[in-house]
Amino acid sequence: MMNHSQPQGADYNYTVVRQFALTTVLWGIVGMSIGVLIAAQLIWPQLNFDTPWLTYSRLRPLHTNAVIFAFGTSALFATSYYIVQRTCQTRLFAPKLAAFTFWGWQAIILSAVITLPLGLTSTKEYAELEWPIDIAIAVVWVTYAIVFFGTIVKRTTSHIYVANWFFGAFIITVAVLHIVNSMAIPVSMFKSYSLYSGAVDAMVQWWYGHNAVGFLLTAGFLGMMYYFVPKQAGRPVYSYRLSIVHFWALIALYIWAGPHHLHYTALPDWTQSLGMVMSLILFAPSWGGMINGIMTLSGAWHKLRTDPILRFLVVSLSFYGMSTFEGPMMAIKTVNALSHYTDWTIGHVHSGALGWVAMVSIGSLYHLIPSVYGHGRMYSTQLINVHFWLATIGTVLYIVSMWISGVMQGLMWRAVNSDGTLTYSFVEGLEASYPFYFVRFLGGVFFVTGMLLMAYNVFKTVKAPKESLPALAEA
Amino acid sequence: MMSSFWSIWITVLTIVVIAGCFILLRLVSKNTTGVEEGKSMGHAFDGIEELNNPLPKWWSYMFYLTIVISVIYLALYPGLGNYKGLLGWSSSNQSIGTENGIKADSAAAIELAVKEGRWVQYDQEVKQADEKFGPIFAAYLATPLEELVKDEDALKVGGRLFLQNCAQCHGSDARGSTGFPNLTDNAWLYGGDLATIKTTLMNGRHGMMPPKGGLPIDDSELEGLAEYVVKLSGREHDAALAAQGQGSFMKGCFACHGMDGTGNKFMGAPNLTDSAWLYGGSRGVIVESIKNGRSGVMPAWKDVLGEEKVHVITAYIYSLSNK
Repeated sequence: MMNHSQPQGADYNYTVVRQFALTTVLWGIVGMSIGVLIAAQLIWPQLNFDTPWLTYSRLRPLHTNAVIFAFGTSALFATSYYIVQRTCQTRLFAPKLAAFTFWGWQAIILSAVITLPLGLTSTKEYAELEWPIDIAIAVVWVTYAIVFFGTIVKRTTSHIYVANWFFGAFIITVAVLHIVNSMAIPVSMFKSYSLYSGAVDAMVQWWYGHNAVGFLLTAGFLGMMYYFVPKQAGRPVYSYRLSIVHFWALIALYIWAGPHHLHYTALPDWTQSLGMVMSLILFAPSWGGMINGIMTLSGAWHKLRTDPILRFLVVSLSFYGMSTFEGPMMAIKTVNALSHYTDWTIGHVHSGALGWVAMVSIGSLYHLIPSVYGHGRMYSTQLINVHFWLATIGTVLYIVSMWISGVMQGLMWRAVNSDGTLTYSFVEGLEASYPFYFVRFLGGVFFVTGMLLMAYNVFKTVKAPKESLPALAEA
Repeated sequence: MMSSFWSIWITVLTIVVIAGCFILLRLVSKNTTGVEEGKSMGHAFDGIEELNNPLPKWWSYMFYLTIVISVIYLALYPGLGNYKGLLGWSSSNQSIGTENGIKADSAAAIELAVKEGRWVQYDQEVKQADEKFGPIFAAYLATPLEELVKDEDALKVGGRLFLQNCAQCHGSDARGSTGFPNLTDNAWLYGGDLATIKTTLMNGRHGMMPPKGGLPIDDSELEGLAEYVVKLSGREHDAALAAQGQGSFMKGCFACHGMDGTGNKFMGAPNLTDSAWLYGGSRGVIVESIKNGRSGVMPAWKDVLGEEKVHVITAYIYSLSNK
């Protein structure tokens, strides 16, 4: 295990890191539990209790917003504030602004928790929040950029560490995406209409949507990976040159990939083609990050046997590799013709969201939390191990069931009789999906159970007396 | 068709990004760092060092391969602005002939695409489907409906078409739901003979009852009217109240629903004496129907499915209540 003690003389701002780290666990449990509830509603629709704000249509955006922007983004705030200070060897710039980003972000999450179940929505996927909240997001985000880049500017190291390149790209691009896509004309306090219309609106929306995946859920978490993997493994980063190529290629290509969400629609052919080829080339740069992470373990593979935190990080990289192979493949038009609108897409998203985003965050938090609370390790390594298995099994159950269900749906929808009529009605496809919906629900239950163990473990760590949790001796 | 400025803009940006990836990959493949390969770059961040390992060969080849595939794809298919691609492929004929005012999906647009040597995927797929399935449905159309209803295969085809196109409103079992008629109970608004069913499917229907039938009926009369309707359908009722309602009925309801309440199939006015209720037969719902009126639409299918398919669906619907 690494020694988490601070280097001599450094006085880092850990308050905001602690706050975001704890809310990550809280929002993770909330967001994922809502996910489990709506997964159950797909099997037992009566679970909406005939209450409008408990219906699938309102809880689904709450689930996606909670896991992406409350859980995932809190994790990014916590880790980026932690990493930027430690790798720049300087205290966080503008601590008051940093505190503002925490309270501002929590206020935004709370307003989402209230408005989405009330049915107040702009109807844009992953950008459902109405215009007053959108403005608040823009303000908090720009403040985040000031704190982050301010810290980079006052660094005492000569170079900028690779993790910060990814965080920097993520912060700038998400600001641009959010502001451009949320442009709208307000008609009342809680209702606005997008500035764009028709195919242009769809294109702007998926330019935003795909790059929320690309820059928030990929680049941001790669920044996390580039710090915690070498740190936890106690090994140098495998290849500096690989990180240069894959960083620049990744950010140059990702921004083009949005149209693959709109294959075979009213979007012009040329746009679809470009979206497809850029997604295809994106495959190699995406894998660059996985290779660099996994190869960093050279000489430290034996640690996987004893260190469940490292296991979380390495398995998250494997899921990352899997979904970034799957993504370019699904972006190929002929594959997309089968996969689009089916559960395959849901499976793909969750192999990224559970397998990559959540697992890399969980691993990173298990490293970070003892460090910012002045401990050498978490309260229970055994519980981390159990959490690891719950999360892995949960993810596998989820994505395998959705793959099978998705491919089955795709094949059923396109099956044609000898007279040209469709072989299956929509309802028949739905009926055939039920067993897989149950397995998916089960996967979700596994994953949330792991999160509850984490909450307990974190609580015991935070409450533990000083010096009571020393780092374990190197195995 | 976009302006040439945007076309050039897109083309240049695309080439810059793809060529840029290629050049970056080539440049970084060579060791120009001044540090021996496999050694540390010499800077540490919070204890993390970075090694100067070369790019994995297999990974670089894979990267080159995707670039080559993409360049080939962009040569063959539309992608670089207004460039049409060597294959002349397009997904639809939407943009073909728009300069000279030819409408998309028109015969002229299809013809022009062929003349220009374009391969329009949608047109081709429709053509293939028409060639393959057209004769089957042409044969069905040539068969009189009276015979078609005895053709088990035709009824199966009709059933599938029903599930794909009609079940959304009328239900998979064709029993309908509130506001959408049950097609299995032999209670017909417009008539259940083959020709009438076909007319209904082809041209659609718009069933409309104005609030209170457009008659000078007072809200206080509604309860009595509903009671009379309950009596008409042969259910237990309050005789005095129903008699009062009959008076209101005679203000004009009979014009559509008939003196005896058996309705009028020419205008789709429902029979009130049977047990089929489009919107519900409870007293409360009947009051609501009279008070606010009702309006129901069955869309016209002739331009959506074509007469051939409507013909087959007609036979299927008829078979549901005529075993």
